This record gives sequence, structure tokens and C-alpha cells, in this order.
Amino acid sequence: MDGGGAEGELTAQETALYDRQIRVWGVDAQKRLSKAHVLVCGMNGTTIEFCKNIVLAGVGSLSLIDDHMVTEDDLNANFLIPPDGSIYGGRSRAEVCCESLKDFNPMVRVSVEKGDPSLIDGEFLEKFDIVVVSGASLKTKLFINENCRKRSKRIAFYAIDCKDSCGEIFVDLQKHSYVQKKPGGETAQQELTYPSLQEAISVRWNNLPKKTAKLYFAMRVLENYELSEGRSPGETTLSDTAAVLSRRKDMCDKMSLSESQIPTALMERLLAAGKKEHPPVCAILGGILGQEVIKSISCKGDPIKNFFYFDAADGKGVMEDIPPPPPTAN
Amino acid sequence: MAAAASSEEAVKAAKVLMVGAGGIGCELLKTLALSGFSDIHIIDLDTIEVSNLNRQFLFRQSHVGQSKAKVARDAVLKFRPNINITPYHANVKDSKFNVEFFKQFNVVLNGLDNLDARRHVNRLCLAAEVPLVESGTTGFLGQVTVHVKGKTECYECQPKPVPKSYPVCTITSTPSKFVHCIVWAKDLLFAKLFGDRNQDNDLNVRSNDDSGSKTDVFERNVDEDLPQYAQRIYDHVFGYNIETALANEETWKNRKKPYPIYIRDALPEDAVQRNGSSRDHKNEEHEPSATVSLGLRNPQEIWSLADNSRVFLEALKLFFEKREKEIGNLIFDKDDQLAVEFVTAAANIRASSFGIPPHSLFEAKGVAGNIVHAVATTNAIIAGLIVIEAIKVLKGDYQNYRMTYCLEHPSRKMLLMPVEPFEPNKSCYVCSETPLVLEVNTKTTKLREVIDKVIKSKLGMNLPLVMVGATLVFEDGEGLEPDEAANYALNLEKVLAELPAPVVNDTKITVEDFQQELKCSINIKHRDEFDEEKEPDGMVLAGWSGPVDKQVNSNGDKRSVPSSSSADDIDSTAEDIPVKPGMKRKLNEILESQENFDALQNQSDVGSSSAQVVEDDDDDIVMLDEDPKQGKKKRLQ
Ligand SMILES: [Zn+2]
Repeated sequence: MDGGGAEGELTAQETALYDRQIRVWGVDAQKRLSKAHVLVCGMNGTTIEFCKNIVLAGVGSLSLIDDHMVTEDDLNANFLIPPDGSIYGGRSRAEVCCESLKDFNPMVRVSVEKGDPSLIDGEFLEKFDIVVVSGASLKTKLFINENCRKRSKRIAFYAIDCKDSCGEIFVDLQKHSYVQKKPGGETAQQELTYPSLQEAISVRWNNLPKKTAKLYFAMRVLENYELSEGRSPGETTLSDTAAVLSRRKDMCDKMSLSESQIPTALMERLLAAGKKEHPPVCAILGGILGQEVIKSISCKGDPIKNFFYFDAADGKGVMEDIPPPPPTAN
Repeated sequence: MAAAASSEEAVKAAKVLMVGAGGIGCELLKTLALSGFSDIHIIDLDTIEVSNLNRQFLFRQSHVGQSKAKVARDAVLKFRPNINITPYHANVKDSKFNVEFFKQFNVVLNGLDNLDARRHVNRLCLAAEVPLVESGTTGFLGQVTVHVKGKTECYECQPKPVPKSYPVCTITSTPSKFVHCIVWAKDLLFAKLFGDRNQDNDLNVRSNDDSGSKTDVFERNVDEDLPQYAQRIYDHVFGYNIETALANEETWKNRKKPYPIYIRDALPEDAVQRNGSSRDHKNEEHEPSATVSLGLRNPQEIWSLADNSRVFLEALKLFFEKREKEIGNLIFDKDDQLAVEFVTAAANIRASSFGIPPHSLFEAKGVAGNIVHAVATTNAIIAGLIVIEAIKVLKGDYQNYRMTYCLEHPSRKMLLMPVEPFEPNKSCYVCSETPLVLEVNTKTTKLREVIDKVIKSKLGMNLPLVMVGATLVFEDGEGLEPDEAANYALNLEKVLAELPAPVVNDTKITVEDFQQELKCSINIKHRDEFDEEKEPDGMVLAGWSGPVDKQVNSNGDKRSVPSSSSADDIDSTAEDIPVKPGMKRKLNEILESQENFDALQNQSDVGSSSAQVVEDDDDDIVMLDEDPKQGKKKRLQ
């Protein structure tokens, strides 16, 4: 997206199709949407919800990366893959999902990009305005996030993961200026500066407010354990409980946080989840992410800064603003 | 964990009813199927339209015109072929969906878009003792609530805003907002010109006081050609009528005076003649459209007075040229392009008389058609929350029932805010047995008025039956003997005191709807006088917490023009929405933003608006404040 981009009128077909949503976000936002290019790395129950939402909303194009062959496990939370081996057999997740998504809105270009997300280079990323990563290792997420940040154009970065009944979204819009709609109707120009993913997971825990979502800490423990053990996301299970809890203790000691801030029951739920996604939670996370991407493209409305958590156990959907470490650290 | 296992079993064994296969319904059916539900029944009356396709993702262009319930079923079976989905292309108010029908389900999930159907389903769920999960969305806002008889409040325990109505004189004489001009153009002018002429219409209420000839100015004269007729109507409604209104100086003492507009002022003579003459052949193939004839193709554009005048003349002409057969029977429909064009132009010309800013066709269509603002994302989120709540209901996990608000502006960091449900309201006439009191003049009020104004519109009964003691004085519905029907029709026109079983002061009447299995007692109190302004119905129902009429203000006119238009609700509710004392301020504080609050209060789609936040204090649940009217409230045990 290069700033303005709102010239040219919508066609009659677009106006008819998008009537109800134009009434929500306006013609200008709709035009910007239709010029935005979105990349999604990792097709699962959560990202397909997101893809569905933005294809319906009418983004310019959507590219999918996921070379994994479809297996029966992929059918669980996925409504884009028909449960018929003769259809999905021998084909990648991206290919099968692409085919179904195209159907949702003929005005959106949906395509497959092949390759390993952990090797994505910056030049390739340059084609996109929005990059969404899911089901990737911390290493891959950091790598893509840094690459997005190195480009001269602003590429918005999102990481999203569902662990059964829990979910996390990370947002890095770098510098984002937008029109804020104040309660009461008047508008104001706002600008936000985001920390990178590396920064947002490096802040000392005792510097964070006491009420910070417990999931923030729990996800860091899990991710730290996976990284050091060389595990892929979701491969750590209940059988690793003892080792993960001892990692929790180490990290809490190091960052001066009481272990009670990361309840054992919560850690166990995340471990029991493995790769399982709870479909209602996928719908909620994919819905929130869809809205965030629309806000970021249209430069309208307060975006999430910079984490979002949902836990079906208490039903709360919470934003957390996690700052970068203070410059004096180190 | 044991809980997870039992969730799966509960889901697998469940038989659920979904009402509505629209925006929320499509998302809900998908999420239910993915979550393991395998016996789903779904009712929806509607067929698919193009403007559904941006969010009702189970539907494609090729499905336009087909039953939503059926197409949704087929689409979901593609990814879950082994589950049972039973579609009903029908109205949920149909008598076949009776209490027995509802009883077969473990939970009912609503994805509806209107108050009427929601109230009806609420009653059937109460009667069948089936838990109800209710939902609604508008734009980025939404909510999910749980209603379980005896455990939580029912859908009707709290007052609901009903579609707004406007005082007649605001519409006929003193519009101050664009929506007033739309209501005038749609409900008065359009209805007068193209609808049933025998219907009461207040269009000329202020202008034909002069005891002139009885001929209807809206009738086309025999020797009049169409352009002449269209110009005469234009001059009459925008010129003559405004001048007549101006003559009543009292009205304009504290108001800005409107100015009359005649066609000769709005359009040069030659432009009037040429109007529409550029019509090309394309117009012959499509629906007649004034904007096509006139080359005004951008629906977002705000037309000048001249353009509005051209559209007005052209649309009127096209109705008589191309759709003459329909004239006399037309009812405004937001999907009728020519009707929308006519109403937009008429509303804009009137707006310009009164110094009200004009609107584009796109915007005017939204106001006139009461179009709900809808996006896929909110529907997906709400559907997810419904399924989470439905699973709790199936497991009987009632301590964890929540109503959840989906907000546009975060409140206490929350975009999704769970709130503990209320206990049932003990004075709710729907879910408790509190008798109602009706003050009415029993000597002058006909039974028909009580049935229309109270029993049907306020109590929301569909097919009511009225008993006075043991005497049946009225029954509605099929299967009546002709002599019975004639007898009831006769009773309808009788005043209360003269019914076969007279209704006078202190008479107790019983009203009942068999389908809804709702029965109420009403104690009658006779009263001679009613304040025309404050009590426009000529009767007052007490002990009733149902929908509240959000009449803006009543300018001394006792009647009001009911309107489905809701476009300016957001700015008007701040002062006029009725909520229980103390409630509004508190809820407002909880939501931290007037906008969240207003919008939630206002959602035509959304249910109950009272709330108590489940505050997170190290995961303890604390009730933030108490509803002053309901006294001390305990946590659900
Ligand atoms: Zn109730």
C-alpha cells in the first residue's frame, strides 16, 4: 500500500457485493482493501478463518505458503478441505485451500507460493503489504519479522497461533499512522510505534504490570522450551510437563516473576493442546485478525498493540501492550 | 482432562436447533459442524441475495434466489458429509414449530435479525424448557447471551428498544433530520403516489385544510401528459405544501423556516423538457432506472438540487410508463432500484427546503431500507462465542455461563468482554406470572384496540385468545367455525363494557397464545381521561417490561409515524433510550466509551443491554455494581 490509493471508483458489481460492509468502513477503506496484497504462511484452522474473512472483504490478492501434504489431521478444524483422499491426496495444504478460497469471491486473486517460510527473503516479501505467519517456530517468526522490518516499504507483520482453547496474536505495524474515531464521532490523526517481535519477547517480566495476561508468560515459556529442544510447534506435549515446568521456574527466577503468575493448570492445558485447534477459537482468532488487517490497510480505527489473547476458559479477549526493553538494558 | 472428554460426548449427543441461516447462521453452522455437532436443524425463511455474499460465505452467486437453509446445509455437507443437517425453508413463527417441536432439542441457537422473531423463540424456549443462546451483531459490535429458564434472565426480562417511530407532525411539517425526510418520502409520498390510495395518509395533513374541491391533487388528470403531471406533483409537495405550512406562523416562531421549491426554481425550463431524453437502449433491457436514464451512475455521489429534481421527475415518469400495472399496490422495498431513486430524490429536495444536508443514493438507501451494517469478521467471532456457550449449556456448566460483548473500542483492555448473566426478573410477564394492569376507558375503547395496541404489539402475541372469566370473547387463527369467526369479528368492534362478558373496572381478563404457550392475566382499571401527548394509545399497561417505544418527542401530536429507519439512532439515543434508573450511567462507565454504549444499546440485532462485568481480580469473580431495582443479586449457585 502506498499511502493514498483511493482514486478510481468501485464498480457497480463491487458496490452491490460489498454494500453491507461499505456501510461499516466506508468506500475509501474498500478501495484500499482492493489494492492490498496479503501473504499467509501456514494453513491451519485459524489461518483459513482469517483467509475466508479477508477474501470475503475483498482484498486485492491473497498468497498462500504451505508445502505440507494434506493429511487426515488437517481436516479437524478446516472447512476448506473436503474429507476425500482422492481430492486432497498428494497435494499441499496451500493448493487445496487455495482452490476452495477462490470460490468465495471471484474478485480476489488467490494463489499459491511454494517454498520454505524459514528461507523467505526480503525481496519476495516486498510484494506484500501484510504478512501473516502461523504454526511456525519462533526462529522462523523472528526471521520473517526482521525481514519485513528491513524493507523500505512498511510491511505489516502478524503471528497467530491457536492452542486448543487458547490463542495468541502478535502484531508489528512498525510505524502506523491512522485515523482514530473518538467516542462521540470526531476523528483524530494518530501514530503508533511498535516494537519488533524480538523486542516484545525480551522485556523483563518484572517490568510488566501485575495484571498482564498469564498467557503472555505461558506462551513465552513454551516457545523458549521448543526453541532450545529443537521442537516444532505443537510437538511438545503433556509428557514434557516436568521439563517445561522447570523451564518456567528458571525463567521466572531470572526475570523476578512469581511462578504463580503462570499457573500450572494453564501450562498443562497448552501442553495437552499439542497441535489441536478448537474450531470456535479459530473462528474468534481469525475474526479478530481479519478486523486488525482491515484496520491496518484502511488506516482507520485503533489497532491492537501488540498482543491479543483469547482463552475460552474465561471467555476474555484481551489486548496487551508489551513494550520493548528499555534501551539501557545490556 | 475429564472435562474435555465430556465436552466431546455432550456435543456428539446433542440435537440443536439453529434459527437463522444468514450472517451469523452461516458462520455458526460451519463452526458447529467443525466442532463435532452432528444433528443440527436449521430454520430460515429467506432466500439468498447478492448483498449477502460478502459475508454469508456458504452462498455463491449461482445460489441467488434459493433457500438459505437448504444451500447452507449442502455447503456444510461438503466438508462434513456424515453429519445430519435438517433444513426448513420456513418462518419460525409457523405453527408447525410448536412447543412439541422445540422440546426435541437440547439447545436452541438464535442468529436472527429481528425483535419479533427473537421474542417468539424466547417464549417457545421457555415453554419447552429448552436453553436458548441468543446473539446479534451490528458492524464491529456484537453480543451473545444465554437464557436458561429459572437460572438466567429470559430474552424479554429487560426492556428492548423497538423500531423508532416519529411524531406525525415532525414528519409532515417540521423535519430536522435527514431520516425525517426519508420517512416522509417513503411512508407518505411514495405510499400516496404508488401505494394503496385508500389507506390513511397524512401527506396533506397540513395543506388541504382549505375546503376546496374534493378532488385528489395526486390523481392524474385525463388531459395531462406525464411530464406535466410529474411537475404538478413536484410543485404541490415541495412548493405549495411548504407555503401552506409557512402560513401557520406559530410553528415557525422558534424554528428555522423552510423555503418552498418550485420546479422552475430548481431546473431551467429547457432542462425540464430535455429531462431523460438522453435515455439509451440499455434502459430497455434492464429494470427501469432514473439514474441510468440520466447517467448518474455513482451511487456515492451527492446530487445537486437540480439533479435530485431531474431524478424525481424521471423516476415518477418511469413508474407510470414502465410499471403502471403495479401502481396502487406498491410498497417501498429497498431492493427496488426505481423506488430507492424516487425516495432519495424526494427526501433530498425536502431536505434542501428545510436546510438539512442531502445524502447520496447509497446512504439514503441505507436509511430507507433500515439496512443492517454487517461484516463477516464480527459474525465469525460471535458464532465462535455461541458455540463456546452452547457447549457449556450442554454440559450443564451453568456457573460459567456468560454473556459476551464484542466491542469496537476496548474496555479494560478487553475486545471480548464476558459478563455474568442476570437472574430472571421476577416481574417479567413472559417468564414469571406477575399479573399486568391495564388502565383503559372501558366505555369507549373497542376490543380491537386492546388486541392491536396491547396484546399484539406490546405483549408480542401472534395468535391471541382473550377470555373474560370463563367466556371466550376472541380467538385468532385457523380452524374456526364460520359462526364463531363472525361472532369474534363482531366482538372486535364492541367497546369493552358491552362485550358478551362485560369488561369494566376490576375485571380480570386472560390472554393466551397457544403456540407460544404464553398466558397472562390482565387486571382492568377503568379510567375516563388520557393525556393525548403522554398516553397516545389511550391506555396504559403497567407491570410490563417489554419493548419500549423510543418516541423522540411528541410535539403535541398524538399520532406517530412508525418507521423502520434507524440511521440516526446513534446520535439520538444518548438522551432518549429508556433504561432502568442508574443502569445507563453504570453500564456506560463499564464500557468506558459512549460509543460502545450507544451502539450496543441500539443494535437492532442485539438483545439485552444491561450488564455486570465479571471483573478479573486474580481470577476471582466480583460483581461490579448492582441493579438498583432488582435488589441484591447473588452469584448463580
Ligand atoms: Zn423474563
